[in-house]
Amino acid sequence: MSDRIVVLGAGMHPWGKWGKSFIEYGVVAAKAALKDAGVAWKDVDFVSGAATMRNGYPGYVPGATFAKALGWNGAQIASSYAACASGVQAIAAARAQLLAGLCDVALVVGSDTTPKGFLAATTDDPDDPNWMRFRAVGATNPSYFGLYARRRMAEHGSTRADFAAVKVKNSRHGLTNPYARYRKAFTKEQVLGAKIVSDPLGLLDICATSDGAAALILCREETAKKFSGNPVTIAGVSTVTPQFPDLWLDMPNFATDSAFAVRTPARSFRDSIARTALEEAGVEPGDLDLAEVYDLSTALELNWYENIGLCEPGGAEAMLHDGQTTHGGSCVVNPSGGLACFGEAVPAQAIAQVCEVAWQLRGDAGDRQVEGARAGVTGNQGLFGHGSSVVLTK
Amino acid sequence: MGSRPVVEGWFSEGEEPALTGSRCTQCGTFAFPKQLAFCSNPHCDCDEIEEASLSRRGTIWSYTNSMYKPPHPYVAGDDFKPYALAAVELEHEKMVIVGQVAAGVAYESLAVGDEVELVIERLFSDDDGDVVTWKWRPVAEGASS
Repeated sequence: MSDRIVVLGAGMHPWGKWGKSFIEYGVVAAKAALKDAGVAWKDVDFVSGAATMRNGYPGYVPGATFAKALGWNGAQIASSYAACASGVQAIAAARAQLLAGLCDVALVVGSDTTPKGFLAATTDDPDDPNWMRFRAVGATNPSYFGLYARRRMAEHGSTRADFAAVKVKNSRHGLTNPYARYRKAFTKEQVLGAKIVSDPLGLLDICATSDGAAALILCREETAKKFSGNPVTIAGVSTVTPQFPDLWLDMPNFATDSAFAVRTPARSFRDSIARTALEEAGVEPGDLDLAEVYDLSTALELNWYENIGLCEPGGAEAMLHDGQTTHGGSCVVNPSGGLACFGEAVPAQAIAQVCEVAWQLRGDAGDRQVEGARAGVTGNQGLFGHGSSVVLTK
Repeated sequence: MGSRPVVEGWFSEGEEPALTGSRCTQCGTFAFPKQLAFCSNPHCDCDEIEEASLSRRGTIWSYTNSMYKPPHPYVAGDDFKPYALAAVELEHEKMVIVGQVAAGVAYESLAVGDEVELVIERLFSDDDGDVVTWKWRPVAEGASS
């Protein structure tokens, strides 16, 4: 049995604020992925759902929710939650089932509806640190992004104009992406002129929250031959956690670990996320043609260049301004437009990243196509210590 | 009307207030908020963890502000005022802890690496009085420690 797992089909529901049920979005994405793969729903024997905390009980049990919505077919299921990393947990669960030979065709689905404005606590429980951080400190998600951005400025001399250039790039990348919510080119002046949310980040530096859904059909390489879809190899998957002590102030924590007794690990958490998947894949950062990374803020995209290993720490601004991360450059970062153009739909986003890389490697990305793309990576981090990365190769 | 802490047991008050964390009696690893049942160091199997008052002073690792009113359960009242946040590195504990910056501090005066100290200040008020939390306040240059 081949141990090569492929993406045979990918599908999305467009991102936006549609005011409908997350189940409807997920079904649209799932049907699109099935069609893309040339697979019939009756042939799916494993459904792996990425959970949402904002849609009541059906959101906690997405495996069953989508199996039922598509019409019960007796498939086995799993439901995964890992905050922003939920999608890759669902991919990892499906891949493990396929590798073990326990299923033949897996459907992975993530879908969400989000409130306007800040993502908020999902419980009213003072024992939940995700509640207490709002109550005791007023630490919103953008305030963590602001802390990271200001830290980057202090460490590497980055400027607000550097951050703005990320938004300018991503807004151009996503201009014609039919699944993107925001399809408008922004200038540096517009980004710099937007109201500050959490200094040094303004409204156009921080990603919005959106409704959206994404789905994948996964199977073993030899199974793919039975269907019409155009397969792309999943060469590595990472769901790593930090190594103690984690000295990055992760959302929603009040404090980092203490390095009193144990020194900083050789590799920081953020550095370990994509590199773990790259090492499994045997792909060097320099071999990557594209990367879809979590630009929760413009500044954070620059951190990813370094975390993935595209450049040395402090080298991201030069890479960006040199055009290395846009079309024609060495590694196009966020050719989809990224979160800057999508806004975040939490459990769908990591799956959407994989959809984009798969389409790019197939040459199906239309006028946002990365020329000659052969290898791509996704990078993402979920709160409470969830790493998320997938390496795909042609 | 008196004041009460926004959360019980996370900090001490008085002239020299401090955050109440925990410290492993075997390896010395600290934690905040305190966790008394286990040590977070994977190389340590000690389960004797004691409460520990954390250093009152540290240096700014990073800082930011909140220009928009946060969602519930933050209590802003009708007159929301933007506030600053600082993530502060404690040299002895070798950890970073986030908190608001004390009221009245000019945001523009903050800088990474500056020394700050812990104070307990009003966070909001309700019918029962003031609710207080921990905040970081820059240490005036030349002030004694």
